[in-house]
Amino acid sequence: MEKISGSQAIIRCLQEEGVKIIFGFPGGAVIDLFDALMDSDITNVLVRHEQGAVHAADGLARVTGEVGVALLTSGPGATNGVTAIATAYMDSIPMVILTGQVPTPLIGNDAFQEVDIVGITRPCTKHNYLVKDVKDLVPTLREAFHIARTGRPGPVLVDLPKDIVAKMVDFTEKKPIRMQTYQPTYEPHPGQIEKACKKIIKAKNPVLYVGGGVILSNANEELTELARKLNIPVTMTLMGLGGFPGSDPLSMGMLGMHGSYAANMAVANSDLLIAVGARFDDRVTGRLDAFAPHATIIHIDIDPTSISKNVKVDIPIVADCKHALTAMNTWFNNASDFNRDQVAASHEPWRATIDEWTKKHPMSYHSEGEIIKPQYVVEMLDKLTNGDAIITTEVGQNQMWAAQFYKFNKPRQWATSGGLGTMGYGLPAAIGAKMAFPDKTVIDVAGDGSIQMNIQELATARQYKTPVKIAILNNNYLGMVRQWQELFYNKRYAGTVMEVTPDFVLLAKAYGAVGLRATKTSEVEAVIKEALATDNTVIMDFVIAREECVFPMVPAGKATTEMLLV
Amino acid sequence: MKHTISVLLQNKPGVLSRVTGLFSGRGFNIESLSVAETLEPSISCLTLVTRGDEAIIEQITKQLHKLIDVIKVTDVGDSEYVEREMVLIRVKAEAQTRAEVLRVIDIFRGKVVDVSPKSYAVEVTGSASKVQAIIDILKPIGIQEIVRTGTIAMARASKK
Repeated sequence: MEKISGSQAIIRCLQEEGVKIIFGFPGGAVIDLFDALMDSDITNVLVRHEQGAVHAADGLARVTGEVGVALLTSGPGATNGVTAIATAYMDSIPMVILTGQVPTPLIGNDAFQEVDIVGITRPCTKHNYLVKDVKDLVPTLREAFHIARTGRPGPVLVDLPKDIVAKMVDFTEKKPIRMQTYQPTYEPHPGQIEKACKKIIKAKNPVLYVGGGVILSNANEELTELARKLNIPVTMTLMGLGGFPGSDPLSMGMLGMHGSYAANMAVANSDLLIAVGARFDDRVTGRLDAFAPHATIIHIDIDPTSISKNVKVDIPIVADCKHALTAMNTWFNNASDFNRDQVAASHEPWRATIDEWTKKHPMSYHSEGEIIKPQYVVEMLDKLTNGDAIITTEVGQNQMWAAQFYKFNKPRQWATSGGLGTMGYGLPAAIGAKMAFPDKTVIDVAGDGSIQMNIQELATARQYKTPVKIAILNNNYLGMVRQWQELFYNKRYAGTVMEVTPDFVLLAKAYGAVGLRATKTSEVEAVIKEALATDNTVIMDFVIAREECVFPMVPAGKATTEMLLV
Repeated sequence: MKHTISVLLQNKPGVLSRVTGLFSGRGFNIESLSVAETLEPSISCLTLVTRGDEAIIEQITKQLHKLIDVIKVTDVGDSEYVEREMVLIRVKAEAQTRAEVLRVIDIFRGKVVDVSPKSYAVEVTGSASKVQAIIDILKPIGIQEIVRTGTIAMARASKK
């Protein structure tokens, strides 16, 4: 058997898993690994802050479906990555994070740049490891990738002491991984599928409630087939956008706190809610006892803990979304005792009701002449990219406007921090996405507040010639919190006024990028066109209506039917 | 409702903290916890007693099962089971109470495991309620120190 160094073995493992790009930041504990990477065909992207490394790997993972990989040094390198690891954990993104650790004899001695990162990340990783014996190195890495990408995906951290990585090790051949303690359920129980399908046939007002699980399991086609076959209206969570074509007449758009009027009304009045890869998050349900009060609930999820966690489920189906939806489509194709067209037609009155709701309160905003409305900016981005760009976002109003006004017709063209709501996510995620798909237009929809949280990654974008576009919806406020203060705190703007904001056009120039600004509605289109035509990283600074709010809005703790409207 | 949950898990460093971290992080409570190796040294058995309604216990069971290092989770109360706890009690035993203390120990089928001129150390095993009962009886006499193991439990074998 071949003896190679631990660091070479790690690189071999990465190659085995098909990793082409990793994102990292060096330090004493990982010099060996960086050194070995120089001789490999893996691109090692040097970010400017470890949080950026993990977000970039996360962005790459979301748009490709592959496992994203980040490499951080021990101590502060590892702790700087924690926010981004938690971000990936909350959104179930497959990632492997490699961290350097002090040599094993020093562990526990408060050595320089030592931190118990396995202890720190235990609640925000799917699993994590400290490799204490070089014999375990290769099997651990293989297991880490296996766990990250299977079942409900998630980040897995592997902590690598410096002396372990430096030792020589036998590189054993890869065998299929079978873990006694970890066997996710992919196949649905046929009895549950039949029960669910029979309920669907009988329903008068059914709604498909689609979450990120549909994207993660690549089940968009199966979902679309089911919805169209039986004429069932679809609403998506923030994470589920793109899981069903946003322009399809059956799409009601997003539901929840900033969801569409029609989607929230439909859920509240439905008699059957079919949840697919969604987790009944509080931003979706609002007041729990008023959420889908008349509905029988079917819930498909690969993670049993998601089922009946917040809302009691009538027909649970533990399975991969793709497998479960395929089984349901097959059941409907083969069942002879019902008329599919009749069932589809029976939903027409329900669809007419929904269309009425949409007509009454469409997703809209008031134009104000030359004052730039943020919604208009997103609409123009959608139009000028033919709805085909990869959109990442920061967190807050910018994120909600992007979700509401960009029509996502395909999965994996949308990367946003949903569960954790991490400001500073969008720019590094855009860089990761652009590196995965250099030919695609990648736009980070940002606010002037959150873009500053990882603005340093402009240098990364420039160094690797990654021409991402950043659209800053600049209102000189931390807008979402300001909106809450306007509506619920007597307009006391505590800590939300950005009295000093950099000149983003000059800032772009300082990094060697291009800065453009629009202060009038009539300038928006030209700025976007110029940005899209520029083969460089571009910041578009849109000076928007300062106190614009995101509507509809369900105030926290209210029923989703109690929406504040435009 | 009180539930006794038995968990088989990998006997590896950090596994116990995954379990306790899960409980503290999700706001579940632990009334007692006891853990030791099984016949197979690479596997530990952990018994914990917790409280919660049906939905909470269902979440606890599922969340435990989701931990990668957990092999098997059983709500012992789902079938007939025996449970035991052990307590060591150091109780005041002076001239006028020595005989009384010994009588109580005898009633609870306990054992004196350490003797000093002014105290006995007593070992008692039984269900949690029996252990609580002897503590309540000895308290007025003067308990100086107690150590309880927490409950361990085992499902009864099928009688067929």
